Amino acid sequence: MAKRKSDVGTLYKGSAGQWSWIAHRITGIAVILFLFAHVIDTAVIGWGPNAYDRVVRVYENWGVRLLELGLVAAVVYHAINGVKVMIIDFWPSTTKHFKALSIATTAVFVLAMIPIAWIMGGQILDLALHRSS
Amino acid sequence: MATRTEPTTTTEPAAPRGMLGYRGRSERPAGGFELWAWLFMRISGIVLLVLAVGHVLIMHLPAGGVSRVNFGFVATRWENPVWRTWDWALLSLALVHGINGLRVVVQDYVKPAAWRFAVNTFFTVLGFLLFVLGTVIVFTFDPSKWPGVVK
Repeated sequence: MAKRKSDVGTLYKGSAGQWSWIAHRITGIAVILFLFAHVIDTAVIGWGPNAYDRVVRVYENWGVRLLELGLVAAVVYHAINGVKVMIIDFWPSTTKHFKALSIATTAVFVLAMIPIAWIMGGQILDLALHRSS
Repeated sequence: MATRTEPTTTTEPAAPRGMLGYRGRSERPAGGFELWAWLFMRISGIVLLVLAVGHVLIMHLPAGGVSRVNFGFVATRWENPVWRTWDWALLSLALVHGINGLRVVVQDYVKPAAWRFAVNTFFTVLGFLLFVLGTVIVFTFDPSKWPGVVK
């Protein structure tokens, strides 16, 4: 029996919606887990310059900076895909153009990440090659 | 804790099992707490679009990104009450948005009621403690306690 359209039909089940649903969830979890750590590392500033500067020195490392690029990508993706979710939720008739909307979301994400990856990639290279920026 | 509000129509087949487990319906909840949570996620999402994306772009891209962030950088930045307010609003909204997001994820993957309650309680308490810690630091931080570091 041929696969019925309804098998992959509704919004967040199957096709492009399934992938963006998974990506939205994974990026959301990644960002909140980092936020837990980030509130604590920032709060250390209340214990003075020696303590704070020692903590933020942890970020001065190309491997950590690669993770940082991933974090920025996660925030940007979650934001852009969140806009798509809201468009569909508040204007349900846009579901008709779901595929176009998904392609547009992905395109905006990729276009946003090109300059971000270029700039942060430069910072990572500077650290990895011990160049001063 | 209330379970996910399902639509009253029963003609729909059960949600299919997806790659990461049961994928719930993402339509708007019918009412009560879940509807307010749904609405909060969207309203805070719009605000975080400015606060969180702005924060990330400002802190990570210009002038060497986070390499320039140290005690002096933060002390100078927080001389401006706009940035203290921005950071506190970001702290509050991101924590509530993120912890409610975790609650929705927990609903999908943690089925035993006792475990679900334990995990949700853990994240809620953690979020509350971090909110208190962050709020106290943002509003009481005074670099003049360490003279000579910031001119």
